[in-house]
Amino acid sequence: MLIFEKSKTGRKCQNLPECDVPVVTLDAKDKREVKLHLPELSEGELSRHYTELAKKSHGVNDGFYPLGSCTMKYNPRVNEVAAGLEGFTDIHPLQPTETVQGCLEVFKTLESYLCEIAGMKRMTFQPAAGAHGEFTGLLLIKAYHKSHGDEKRKKIIVPDSAHGTNPASAAMAGFSVVSVPSGPDGCVDIEKLKEIAGDDVAGLMLTNPNTVGLFDKNILEITKIIHDCGGLCYYDGANLNAVMGTVRPGDMGFDVIHLNLHKTFSTPHGGGGPGSGPVGCKEFLVPFLPSILVEGEDKLVAVKEKDSIGEMKNFYGNFLVVVRALAYVMTLGKEGIPEASKNAVLNANYMMNKLKDLYTMAYDEVCMHEFVMSLADLKKQTGVSAMDIAKGLLDFEIHPPTMYFPLIVDEALMVEPTETESKETMDEAIAVFRKLYETAGEDAESLHNAPMTTPVTRMDEVGAARHPILRYQFED
Amino acid sequence: MELRAELKYSKSHEWIKEDGDVSVIGLTDYAQSELGDLVFINLPEVGDEVTVGEAFADVESVKAVSDVFSPVSGVVTEINEELLDAPESINEAPYDAWFVKVGEVKETEELLDADAYKAFVESEEA
Repeated sequence: MLIFEKSKTGRKCQNLPECDVPVVTLDAKDKREVKLHLPELSEGELSRHYTELAKKSHGVNDGFYPLGSCTMKYNPRVNEVAAGLEGFTDIHPLQPTETVQGCLEVFKTLESYLCEIAGMKRMTFQPAAGAHGEFTGLLLIKAYHKSHGDEKRKKIIVPDSAHGTNPASAAMAGFSVVSVPSGPDGCVDIEKLKEIAGDDVAGLMLTNPNTVGLFDKNILEITKIIHDCGGLCYYDGANLNAVMGTVRPGDMGFDVIHLNLHKTFSTPHGGGGPGSGPVGCKEFLVPFLPSILVEGEDKLVAVKEKDSIGEMKNFYGNFLVVVRALAYVMTLGKEGIPEASKNAVLNANYMMNKLKDLYTMAYDEVCMHEFVMSLADLKKQTGVSAMDIAKGLLDFEIHPPTMYFPLIVDEALMVEPTETESKETMDEAIAVFRKLYETAGEDAESLHNAPMTTPVTRMDEVGAARHPILRYQFED
Repeated sequence: MELRAELKYSKSHEWIKEDGDVSVIGLTDYAQSELGDLVFINLPEVGDEVTVGEAFADVESVKAVSDVFSPVSGVVTEINEELLDAPESINEAPYDAWFVKVGEVKETEELLDADAYKAFVESEEA
């Protein structure tokens, strides 16, 4: 039941004190013409409403959440303690910077750590999420070429296995998108890349490890091909959780990068956001960075580069997310950061190897932090699709893996356990995956109808997409 | 998989009906069944140029968005506006649910007849 349906006129949460300032009547032109539909409930009803909604959801605090490419790791509580400190919460972005030196120090410190991890010179924290970071990075590439009077570079190369945001961000930034195919090994087809590389190429967007969970071993050759034709290389940090503290994107040849603090650096994710997609770059791109950059030693100041592409978001970005990420990085330290990545890779390989005798792996080799299986054979034999298995997992209180992505794998399920899951949790999930495989052979129908034990059962996704109801219709 | 003898087919799974100077283009039965239930379609506008091998439309299923490639080069003379509100008709009757009519056809890719297309799909499935 929606909160609007529970509303009773006149019911409220608080008794406000008598008004002790003069009452002003607005002119007719300033008054709204449409009724303001605010739900009216008592505090108890309100509390129950949201508790009920929370019970219907599934987050990392409820159970296993192996959503590939999303890095749904546990968010340590100590991050929340840090982000709840008064000095961080009770401030205003327009406050004079000398009164918020500690906050500027948060930016400065995290920037130095993340630049070390990424192999970059400077970093902006303005972008609010990954795709926003991509857009920012592409505008840096655009500004760089423009500053050289090189305006013929209109193309951005994106692999056919890329996240959908890559071509979308490139189009948003005014580029045309050229897709480079993957070879049979799931990595960039080098020969095809050479054919595309030319003086009309502005840059390449790549994630490494890529979306099939493999580290592209030709990465140095790939970035060299792009640099040789005059283009720049953009690193999509979506999969950094596999390599942080071990390999640096800057050393792979990338010039600009975004990180997802809400993935790799354990800040809340999805509905629990907001996110943060800081963009780092090599020294030659620093002049174009959006404001605000923090500089100084004893007295910190916020500065704007003179050739800056401009503001990507108001003020400093999502500051409290930055505080959480700093708490995470400082908690793990320089030994903990690479260890987290190694455990993420170990966990993914453990699950893959415990499943590959039943499920067909799209690429049967040592994977990085995630692996992709293809259920095409299972679907052919039993009629049970990747969607059915994903829905079946819900009955065991496991969040489904990413489905039907990457597009180059038929009936794909992409599993990313992350480093914060125990062997016992993974063993339980492995048992569920194996049981569902058996069920597919014995009782396919039950999986077509799954889930059966959740607050809502199988959703009519097609109906919802064809006839979307996008807002509540009030009666008056 | 339904096929029609009077139509020609491309390897990227479009059907083509050559009707005088005009080529009528749609998506094959095999393509719609592989894509699953379609929920959205983007069509070009009348007067747009289309080019052999390049995307001229896209279709969206619950799973993904897919490009539809043009088997001919020419100019769009008519689009099937009814599809915009009823993409499900591509699933229901793929050979009636034409996407566009293309005139001033300058170039046509090498097309397959029904038997050759059937063999092509079977070889891809194997």
